[in-house]
Amino acid sequence: MVEQRKPEEGFQEAPPRVNEWRRFWKVFLQRKIVIFGLVVFLLLVITALFAGLLAPFDPYKNVLPDSLQQPSGKHWLGTDIQGRDTLSRLIFGTRTALMVGFITVITSAVIGVTLGLAAGFFGGIPSMVIMRIMDSLMCFPMLVLAMLLAAVLGGGIQNVIIALSVASLPGYARVMNGLTLSIRENDYIMAERSIGASNWRAMVRHILPNALPPMIVLVTLQLGGIILAEAGLSFLGIGIKPPGAAWGAMVTDGSRFLRTSPILTIAPGVAIMLVVFAFNMVGDGLRDALDPRLRGLL
Amino acid sequence: MNQKNDDTILDVKDLKMYFPVTRGLLRRKVADVKAVDGVAFKLKRGETMGLVGESGCGKTTIGRCVLGLYRPSAGEIVFNGQDIAGFPEKKLRDVRRNMALIFQDPYSSLDPRQSAGSIVGEPLLIHKVTMAKSDYRERVEQLFRIVGLDSSMSDRFPHEFSGGQRQRIGVARALACSPHLIVCDEPISALDVSIQAQIINLLEELQSKSAGLSYLFIAHDLSVVRHISDRVAVMYLGRIVEICKSRVLYENPLHPYTRALLSAVPIADPVVESTRERIILKGEVPSPLNPPPGCSFHPRCFVAIPECSQGVPGLQDVGEGHEVACIRVPGYKRTF
Repeated sequence: MVEQRKPEEGFQEAPPRVNEWRRFWKVFLQRKIVIFGLVVFLLLVITALFAGLLAPFDPYKNVLPDSLQQPSGKHWLGTDIQGRDTLSRLIFGTRTALMVGFITVITSAVIGVTLGLAAGFFGGIPSMVIMRIMDSLMCFPMLVLAMLLAAVLGGGIQNVIIALSVASLPGYARVMNGLTLSIRENDYIMAERSIGASNWRAMVRHILPNALPPMIVLVTLQLGGIILAEAGLSFLGIGIKPPGAAWGAMVTDGSRFLRTSPILTIAPGVAIMLVVFAFNMVGDGLRDALDPRLRGLL
Repeated sequence: MNQKNDDTILDVKDLKMYFPVTRGLLRRKVADVKAVDGVAFKLKRGETMGLVGESGCGKTTIGRCVLGLYRPSAGEIVFNGQDIAGFPEKKLRDVRRNMALIFQDPYSSLDPRQSAGSIVGEPLLIHKVTMAKSDYRERVEQLFRIVGLDSSMSDRFPHEFSGGQRQRIGVARALACSPHLIVCDEPISALDVSIQAQIINLLEELQSKSAGLSYLFIAHDLSVVRHISDRVAVMYLGRIVEICKSRVLYENPLHPYTRALLSAVPIADPVVESTRERIILKGEVPSPLNPPPGCSFHPRCFVAIPECSQGVPGLQDVGEGHEVACIRVPGYKRTF
């Protein structure tokens, strides 16, 4: 005999919904590596903000008698040729790195995404002009272009930011253009037009959010890349001007004493690596947490 | 607004939609794809017109032209007494308050990053139908109930719904501003048969409840069209070849293409089915890039005569509003 099943209670009702923000945080903080990245990121921000309080020594003051000291209780990471405390310089270098990284990525991403989105959405001749300019910028390897611009503009943090922003612009524009071209062919964009939505609404409310996951990954990858590029420029001597503390410049300065004081090179090198890694992990976590489909699964 | 012919909601006159084919770096135009080539029909208030034809015959293009999503190459689209074919985009947006489109694929027609409630409510915000926040919420809840969805699911995302539920969301979105005309672009062909019936019944119910709601129902499923339509237009290669009352068309198809189409519908009776006469068409649909001369159906037609390739037959009334475009139909007067 077939067993009769009782209709389940509240069958028609949808179960209560967990708040989207709570789900976002839950998914975001689910992977330990993302938490690690987030912690490193927060520590870096705190370090950059309170560099003056945290640094045990003045990072700019030459104390020649203390030149090239090995790590000790007084100088945890030793001193460089001019007797400046490596740890203090590293702490102040965080400021440079984050400032260059964030400002560059934000400016170039905002401009690049806007250009790519507009070009992809409207098409036609303006699109061709924008994208061909981007292509010609792209012909130069990013670092070479940044070097060229930095050399023309001269060093200094401001010009490094401008140079790196221009150099990383085409990447955003290209990716966003491609994403826009594929997303706008979806029926839901046609549906937007059919309900009378403006182009602005379709672009900002519908194409942009759907292009967000790859863009976030790109931005976080670039953040690491920009910090690396800044280090590279400083390493080559066309970035942050000498007394200023920059990780890349520290690597250059230290490389002369790689045999006797390897800590001078290793410490800023590890700092660069850690930052790049942390940003990539945070980016990964964000991408997963921002996608409602993945948010439901994880 | 000009309300002269109050009875007709949509009057499409000699609609042509050519898509240019371009080649080379300079985008030189080398040819036109004649997706829709001189289509005319009228739709009355409260009426449902079926538009049938095989893939690529221009059904969807007509639907999109009606909503102004494509800019027609020529012709008029008179909606509520206004010719909207040449309207600038801004004016079209206001017109779209009174029209809506239901899509074929419920998976790609909903933004995956938008909650169901916000999808349904978006037209209300765009056309500023509801001002207060509470009115908005109330209307969205009401729309959910109308299409048979639980309004507590409004904060869910499209991927959490089944295909049928998604299509209901699409229907709710179309209904949001209480339109006069809904273009249904194969709304059921991506759904399971059991769900198809639900959506069809929902559409019929909506029409019976709100006076004056018209449907332009695009489909290739003949039995569904027969069920829902008052009148049916049969399309072949960008032209309407036959148009008449739904019942008449199914009982007495005149155009050879319609006859072939209808003979392909299986009958749910094994005895009748085994003796059913089938007309099997030879060959493929010609390319709309290079349509054959004269009647575009003549190369595949089983009653074609040499005269068929000499001129394009227009639609002619052969009695009781039964319009057909074929010189082989008795009562049709050749004009070329």
